Order: sequence, then C-alpha cells, then structure tokens
Amino acid sequence: MAELLGSSSVRSGRASFCLRVVGFVLLLVFAAAASASRDISNGTSKEPNPAREEDPHHRSNTTHHKKAFPVLSFNYEHVRTPFEISLWILLALLMKLGFHIIPRLSHVVPESCLLIFVGLLVGGIIKAIGEKPPILDSTLFFLYLLPPIILDAGYFLPIRPFTENLGTILVFAVVGTLWNAFFIGGMMYAVCQIEGTGLGGVDLLSCLLFGAIISAVDPVAVLAMFEEIHINELLHILVFGESLLNDAVTVVLYHLFEEFAHIGTVTVADAFLGVVCFFVVSLGGILVGAIYGILGAFTSRFTSHTRVIEPLFVFLYSYMAYLSAEVFHLSGIMSLIACGVMMRPYVEANISHKSYTTIKYFLKMWSSVSETLIFIFLGVSTVAGPHSWNWTFVVLTVILCFVSRMLGVVGLTYIINKFRIVKLTKKEQFIVAYGGLRGAIAFSLGFLLTNDKMKDMFLTAIITVIFFTVFVQGMTIKPLVDLLAVKKKKESKRSINEEIHTQFLDHLLTGIEDVCGHYGHHHWKDKLNRFNKAYVKKWLIAGERSTEPQLISFYNKLEMKQAIMLVESGSAAKLPSTLSSVSMQNIQPRAQPRGRIIPRISKGREEEIRKLLRANLQKTRQRLRSYSRHDLMIDPFEDNMSEVRFRKQRVEMERRMSHYLTVPANRQEAPPVRKVRFESGSVKVTVLLNLCRCLSIQMYNILFSCHVSSVLTSEAQADFLRGKKC
Amino acid sequence: MGASQTHSEHKFQDLVDKTGFSLEQIINLHKRFKQLSGNEDTISRENLDSIPALATNPIRKQIIEAFFDKRNQRQDEVGSFHEIGFEQFLMVMSHFRPPTLKTTEEEREVMRREKLRFLFNMHDTDSDGTITLDEYRKVVEELLSKSGAIGLEAAKAIADAAMLEVASTNVPHMEPDEFYEGITFEHFEQILKGLEMESRMHIRFLDVNTTTMHCGK
Repeated sequence: MAELLGSSSVRSGRASFCLRVVGFVLLLVFAAAASASRDISNGTSKEPNPAREEDPHHRSNTTHHKKAFPVLSFNYEHVRTPFEISLWILLALLMKLGFHIIPRLSHVVPESCLLIFVGLLVGGIIKAIGEKPPILDSTLFFLYLLPPIILDAGYFLPIRPFTENLGTILVFAVVGTLWNAFFIGGMMYAVCQIEGTGLGGVDLLSCLLFGAIISAVDPVAVLAMFEEIHINELLHILVFGESLLNDAVTVVLYHLFEEFAHIGTVTVADAFLGVVCFFVVSLGGILVGAIYGILGAFTSRFTSHTRVIEPLFVFLYSYMAYLSAEVFHLSGIMSLIACGVMMRPYVEANISHKSYTTIKYFLKMWSSVSETLIFIFLGVSTVAGPHSWNWTFVVLTVILCFVSRMLGVVGLTYIINKFRIVKLTKKEQFIVAYGGLRGAIAFSLGFLLTNDKMKDMFLTAIITVIFFTVFVQGMTIKPLVDLLAVKKKKESKRSINEEIHTQFLDHLLTGIEDVCGHYGHHHWKDKLNRFNKAYVKKWLIAGERSTEPQLISFYNKLEMKQAIMLVESGSAAKLPSTLSSVSMQNIQPRAQPRGRIIPRISKGREEEIRKLLRANLQKTRQRLRSYSRHDLMIDPFEDNMSEVRFRKQRVEMERRMSHYLTVPANRQEAPPVRKVRFESGSVKVTVLLNLCRCLSIQMYNILFSCHVSSVLTSEAQADFLRGKKC
Repeated sequence: MGASQTHSEHKFQDLVDKTGFSLEQIINLHKRFKQLSGNEDTISRENLDSIPALATNPIRKQIIEAFFDKRNQRQDEVGSFHEIGFEQFLMVMSHFRPPTLKTTEEEREVMRREKLRFLFNMHDTDSDGTITLDEYRKVVEELLSKSGAIGLEAAKAIADAAMLEVASTNVPHMEPDEFYEGITFEHFEQILKGLEMESRMHIRFLDVNTTTMHCGK
C-alpha cells in the first residue's frame, strides 16, 4: 500500500514538474515571439542613458523642463540581438532537457523528430500571433551552426576504421552521390516532360540542380540518428564517412549546375572542367585543412606556459581552416575534417589533461547546441516559408530518393565486395541504404537558389523529403536494427592486452608481407609510421614525449585514468577496474622464501597505519588556491608521472596489508567521496570560467580604450567648436 | 623438362587441396620461395634474415622463428626445423588467409582459433603450453626494442599490468597465496575475444576471391 502511494506521488510529482516546465517554456516562446516583432521595440525605447555624455550643452539649456531622474528605464533595442539569440538557444536547450525527463518518449521517438516538431509548434505560434517567423538563414547555417558539428565529428573521428574502409567510403560518397544526382534529376525531367503534370516549365538543368541538392546524405541528421541506435562501428563509419566526404561532390555539382542553369547550355569542355573542379575542390580543401592542422600542432608545442588558452588554438585554427576553404569555394567540410584529423595526435601529446577535457566538452556542447538549433529552425522554417505544393513533384521526389538510394547502395556494394576482405552482407547493405538521411544542408542549399518560380516548389519538395527521412526512417530504423539482429556497438574498454596485440599484429603482418615480397597496406602504413616517428613528431611534439612509443603513451594514459578514478573514489579498497582480488603478488614468480611471517599487530596499531596510508593518498590533491588569470596551479597528476606510480604502489601495499590485517576497512567513504567529486567537477568549471574571463577582460580592455579615445577626440572637437563660437 | 613440369603441377594440385590456396597463388608463392632460397629446395633462417625490409621490424626474430616452428604445421609435433621446404612454407602462410562471404560461423570459429594458436605459439617460446610472465615480458620488450632507449622498466611495468589484467579477467577470485602460473590458450582466447582475429589477421593477396596481385620482386 505504501509503495503504491509512494510511486504515485513520485509520478504525480514528475507530472507536475513537467507541467511547470511546459508552462515556463510556453512563456519563453511567447517572449521569443514578442521579441521577433518590431512594434514593441519601437514603442518603448525611452531616452537611453549613455546619451547623456553626448550632448552636455543640453543640460545648460534645460531650465523650465527639469526631468525627474529616471530611476528605472526600459531600453530593449540596446540588447535586442544578443537577447533574442540567447532566448532561442535557451528555448532549444530547455526542450532538449524536457525530452529526457519524460521517461518513455526518448526511447520511441528520436530526438531530431521531437525537435522538428517543437519547431513546427513554435513557428505555428509565431504565425498565429501574426508575426513573421524567422527562417533558417543560409549564412547563419553555414558559418555558425554547421562548423561545430563537423569539427566535433572530425576531431573525434576514429582513424583506424576510417582508413581501413576508406576505399568503400569514397566509392559510396563520390560514385553514389553522382548516381543519385543524375538518376533523380534525369527521372524528374522525364516525368516533367509528360503532359498533364503542369511541370513543363522545369528544364533539364533545373532538374539536375535539384537532383544535386537532394542527393547528398546529411552528416547532421546521420549523426543525430546513429547516436541513438548504437550500431556497430563498421556501419557507423561507412554511413557517417560517406556523409562527410560527399560534401565535395555536392559543392561541385551545385556550383556547376547553378552556373549552367544561368547560361543555358552545356558543352563537353564544361563537363571536363567540372571533373577537374571536383579534384581541385576536394584535394584543395584537404590541403588547406592539413596546413592549418600542422600549424595548430606546431603552435601547441609551445603552450606549456600558457595552458589556459590551449583549447582556443584548436578551435580557432579549425574554424580558420573552414573559412579559408569557403573563401575559395573549396569544400569547407573536408578542410575541417582534415584539420582535426591532422592536428589531433600531436596536440594531444602536447596539451595538458585539463585542456583535453575542455576541448572535448566544449566541442560536444557546441555541436549539441548547434544540432538542436538546426532542427528547431527547420521546423520553424517549414511553417514560415512560402510553399507551392505540387503532388506529382513532391511524391515523385520522395519515391525517387528512396529508390535511387537503394539501387545505388546495392549496385555499388556488389562491385565493392569484390575488393573487400570483410564483405558487406545484405542486412548491412540495407542499413546503409536506409540510413541515408537528408537534412538541413539540402534545405540551406535549396534556400540559396535564386529562381523564385521553381524555388518554392523545390523547397517544398526538399522539406518533404527531409521530413520523410527524418521522421519515417529515423523512427523505424531502431526497431529494424533490432529486428534484423544487426551487430551492435561493443561497449568494452580498450584493454592493454588488446593494445599490445594490435601493435604486435601490425608488425607481424608487415613482416609477413615483407617475406612474401608483397608491398601491401601494412608495408606502406609501416613506412608512414616510421616517417612520422623520425621526422614529424620531432617537429610537432614538445620535449621528450616526441620519442615516446605509442604503447607507452597508451599505458601512461591508462595509468592516469586509473589513478584519477582511484582518488575520486576516495578509498583504496575500491579499485574499480579490478573487481577481483588478484593483485601483483599473485602473478610474481615466487622468488622469495616461503613462510614469511608477518608479525601480528594490535588493532589500534592497524587503525593508525590505515589512517596514515589514507591520509597520504588524499593529501596530494591540491586545491586551486590562488586565482590568477594566467596560469593554473601545477597539477601533480600531469607533471609528475612517477608520483602517480608511487601512489599506485602505495595502494597496492595497502591492499596487500589488508589481506593480513584483521580489521575490515572502515566505511568512511561517504563524505570524502562527495567532496572529492565536487572538486574535480569544479576544476573543469574553473578552467572554463578562467578562459572566458581571460578573453572577456582582454576584449573589454581593447574596446574600452577605443571607446574612450573616440569620446575624447569628439569632446575635444566639441570644445574647440564651442571655443570658436565664444 | 616436360616431365618435371607435370610433376610440379601435380604437386601443386596436392597443395591446393591441402592448404586451400588457388593454383595461381601457389605459383606466385613458389616463385617467391625460389627467390628467397636462391633456387634451392629449402630455406634456412639465414635466407629469411637477409630480407632487407625485415631489418627494421622489431619482432623479426619471432617472425622468422615462427616459420621454423613445428607447431605451426598442424601436425601436433613440437620443436623446430633447421630448414623448411615449400610445403611447410605454404602451411605457415595459410594461417593468413581471410574468411570469405561463404565461410560459415563454425568455420570462422575454427579459423579464429587457428590464428590465435599461431600467435600463442609465437609467444610461448619454450613450448610448455603457457605464456609465463617472463615470456610475456620478453614480448613487450621486443615490441619496444626498435623504439629507442626507453629502458626495461617501462616494458616490465606494461607486461606486469597486462598479465594482471589477464589474471583478473580469467580467474577473478584468487587467494593471496595462490600463484597464477601463466596464460593458457583458453585464457589467451578469452582476452583477445574482442579483436575479431579472423578478419584482422590476414594478408590481402592471400584471399582466393579478391583480385590477386602479383607478389615477388
């Protein structure tokens, strides 16, 4: 009886919390809608306060018209833009929060669907009020919303499976996208020629342009969906890699057909130039990214004294790579990926552990916000945009996209399987084909079209395809994966045995290839590794870590992780990795004489020894005592690996002792654990705040000095004028 | 001339059945064998030692030793040869064939076990059926040998940690005075379960179904 009451109260508590959240969100929505309109801002801006310095001579003139000092004034125009932006982002994040509170919703419906739905709702509300809802601006999308997602994907790209499957990924990306574009474009044109559809005005080049826009698999949508279904690594990297690399093809086709649509005719020379353009765009993008990546790695070599700004270098160099590539109409996405991939191994060897954590969390945070905003704006733009619905066109587009994707994947896999060692089964082919979602890139590209007559129709079709893929395919892929019993992602951590044997295998296979005299993959990979070790690492990695072999750096990272986990758990008896009672003494060969007698210690003495050991463990965690903008306290973890090992040995010693001691370890863990955990969390927050404060104070200094100097010069001019008058 | 050719073709056909390679691959490998052995019928350790590309490989001693190990001939013998003929050469090479689309689940299991057995034999240098701590330490030392002067300390620590991991995954509850003798083949299989050996341990051109490339030169 009590349990029933308890559970129902919990549920009602949760329900009322949900209601409160929803109510608050609606309030925010109204505020956002109101801010989107211009009337409010016009009607309420009163005399702004900074204007006081600008006309001092007014004060002398006001004798009969003395205003009361405005204690409280309202000036919305001043903060309008940042306010609106923050409001939208806050709305997006609260939505995301809300979904995960409602228990069963996030299992059935993928997050992207829910966000689009919310966008539709918000757009509907804004339209109902009578205001014009904002549209997903292409500049905003390509310059601000897309880069964080791609950088996050590129920086954390799993290199090994990517390079192992690179051939397959490239074939899907290039040939597959080309096939999609021409098939869809061609079939659309054929259908448009049929009398009675009313689409006679659509010529071949427009159809091909439309095909090019709609053919590309979208990385944002794929990421959002695949994150939730936890599919095995091979399929994930195939679909995801394809969505990243087809950007080059899309860029070239889009610009090509757009140019030709204006001119009207195509010659063979133009087609040839198109092919050349493809190579320039993709290779040029990769080159630009690689250059910035190496610059970033080189810079990180010297940051050992200014650890606070290390993450910024990573972000800025990558963003510059993206923008530089966009300047020349090269593929920005490939440039960003190349930059991240190039930079990562060297930067990670150079930067501190805290910077690594900062980079990881900032990237995840930004990409999460971007993704949420993109989906919400997609929903809002659907409600906002001018639509021109043509049944034939739209339905045909949806069907053709699906069919061409299936045919493309099956056909290409048939050819690819002849060259692959690990063949793709029919189930895997189906998942690859089914996972080809379209998303916001297609929408933004369509939005950039200039022709008004067909643009609306195209946009409607694009939105319908996006909705179809995201909603229908997104929602059904999870049950399909379960139904087809496709292999899921392995959740296990990398163990040191696996690492040893991976390296061992690499050398073994290289050796066997040399015995056969066959210069295959392993031979060239080995050559690249040796070149990397001999020359590149010396240039790009600081200090003695440049000669550290991979096995040792892996082992050190593992040790550090374990040590951190150890201190966080606060007590020696809880080594989480070894749930067993096996310790070093079990595996050391018995060189010592047997029958070593440990003298019996009294219970009081045992407690003393135990307290001593534990106190020594916890003392070494230093708090951040002084707050300085420029540096953080040197952390014993990072700068002293032997300290870590020593600590671990002490732990081992205590465990060994506890086998002989009879008093069980006191369960004193509760207060220290909580305190320690908060501290480690606060370290991260402190790092981030440090960064922001450093930046903002510098910016403020610069801007303030500019402002002051401009004010001074204008005052000087005013005085001079007055002087002249008098 | 004619008689010897038909004789070698006949022999090759036997080998096709025994090892599972295609005739073309066997002919290619035979060419390479002749090159390595200096047109003799057998190869010795010195022949393999003289391959220039192997000089930079940190585990070349183990690789060469694996060719002469009797345990890799699938005939349950122990010990090592002094010289090997073409058939033994092929037997060792057959460990590096990849699975095909038609390989069934059981065949994959067998293949995986074979490949793991090959690796195990490479580590277990005294052929006693277990990898002791010393043998494992030697493996890690060899791996790190070409990577500069790191010192034996790091190699020892890594090998110890790895051994500890094996022990704790396979025998979770040990009394403090029990001793873990060494890694047996079952434990070895257990810890390397996640690596999917049958798809990783292969040489591309030894696959019968893919377009074979020329070896040699």
